[in-house]
Amino acid sequence: MNKNIPLLKKYLPVAFGGLLLTASIGLMSNSGITTEARSEQKLTEASLKVDTVATGLTMPWASALLPNGDLLVTERGGKLRLVKDGKLDPQEITGVPEVFYKGQGGLLDINLHPDYKTNGWIYISYSSPKAAGEEGDEGGANTALIRAKLKDHALTDIQQLFKAIPNVKANVHYGGRIVFDKKGYVFLSLGERGQKENSQNLGRDQGKVVRLHEDGKIPTDNPFVKTEGARPEIWTYGHRNPQGMIIHPTTGVIWEHEHGPQGGDELNIIEKGKNYGWPLITFGIDYDNSIISKDTARAGLEQPVVYWKPSIAPCGMTFLTNDKFKDWKGDLLVGSLKFMYLQHLVVKGNKVISREIIFDKIGRVRDVRQGWDGNVYVVLENSGKVVRISPKG
Amino acid sequence: MKLLLGLLSAAIFCSAIMPGQDDELAKSIERGKMVYSENCITCHMSAGEGIPASFPPLAKSDYFDKNPDNAIKTVKFGLIGKIKVNGMEYDNMMPNPGLGNDEIADVVNYIMNSWGNTSEKKIVTEKMVEETKEKK
Repeated sequence: MNKNIPLLKKYLPVAFGGLLLTASIGLMSNSGITTEARSEQKLTEASLKVDTVATGLTMPWASALLPNGDLLVTERGGKLRLVKDGKLDPQEITGVPEVFYKGQGGLLDINLHPDYKTNGWIYISYSSPKAAGEEGDEGGANTALIRAKLKDHALTDIQQLFKAIPNVKANVHYGGRIVFDKKGYVFLSLGERGQKENSQNLGRDQGKVVRLHEDGKIPTDNPFVKTEGARPEIWTYGHRNPQGMIIHPTTGVIWEHEHGPQGGDELNIIEKGKNYGWPLITFGIDYDNSIISKDTARAGLEQPVVYWKPSIAPCGMTFLTNDKFKDWKGDLLVGSLKFMYLQHLVVKGNKVISREIIFDKIGRVRDVRQGWDGNVYVVLENSGKVVRISPKG
Repeated sequence: MKLLLGLLSAAIFCSAIMPGQDDELAKSIERGKMVYSENCITCHMSAGEGIPASFPPLAKSDYFDKNPDNAIKTVKFGLIGKIKVNGMEYDNMMPNPGLGNDEIADVVNYIMNSWGNTSEKKIVTEKMVEETKEKK
């Protein structure tokens, strides 16, 4: 409804003009209004189609659409796969680092550098087992970020850019999303590894979003660079398990979603140095039904844009930026791992004004992203597929 | 006389090992509770009740009655596709949680002895898990 108001304003003078002119001209200008209002309106699930673009994957986690239309897909077990002409290439890609494949760990996100066409950099996150000399639990792991180039079926020029510290012996909450802000920085989301109190500890990388230069160097203007005892890579803190992150196409603001406790999944806007409150405030309760905090808000702690009760286990989201999605342009699509559907969130400014379920029973959604072709690629863990959502005809 | 002696020694032997087994089971259940709260609780919920039509219950589940190996198999290999539990159909996927055989034994012992379930003091051991194969 709101969308019609500016339209109305715009055409009101025309309509008045029509009244002053002959009746026929008046009628014509009126019909013009209704047609235009209708064509801007109401894309629905029924006007979209789902095409399978890859099958036969084992526990896929994320995908990246290459400029030539090939698709790179991570499999959580530790393999990187290529999909060519709609067929899964049986030859896996070599050079993938050793992953800690246990619980929720494994090979996680993949994203192409914004200038991939010229520099060829591919960024990959994964749960990395404790290496000699690293801080933390023996037999533990934490999230790491590498970049590499693809030559035929091999990763080359592999550079480790970052490893979250300390290593923790738990199977859960790795986070792992990678985004670029096109100003030369890369952001990586990190889960609290099952130790909620450490989300508030600036001396540890758990439950944080970190910001790095694209080559892994730590920016000197990060918010906690001068804070004693704080890790300089930290950009925001107080997160639980953030597994969705995307830059808003026009404002450049980072939107993030995270798995909360029972009834406390959140959608947040990520801003420098801020504390998102886990576990000091939350809308959820623990999965053993115990109370984590009696507070849902406290001074100095950020509120989510929205939260999900019951939890949907959000995993992957994208803004729709292509005109072919019509009145959904600028909205968010969020995947639900738990309930196997997508949610369409109507976004206005920094607010979500409505939510609807689309493509119910599509599968366990791990990743949702818009490719350069404007279509949305969804990774489905249970069926081992990648599907493409695009407007019909 | 020989028979009596045999019976007597058997009885003594049993009384000596039985508390040991119970103790082992209790310890395994305790460890299993931790494994459960890390890997299973978000879908199967704190009282094993699951979420109707999405995630099957573990509490008093007839899926385990029919074949006790099902619990070990599911935790060891994950599960995909249609199953029927307590009269309701589920068509979902449980990813292989990637646990060690010791952790699988612990969590199965916990599940089989919680929320009204009982293994009647039988314990699942690491060795049993190791010997469990995906296909029958």
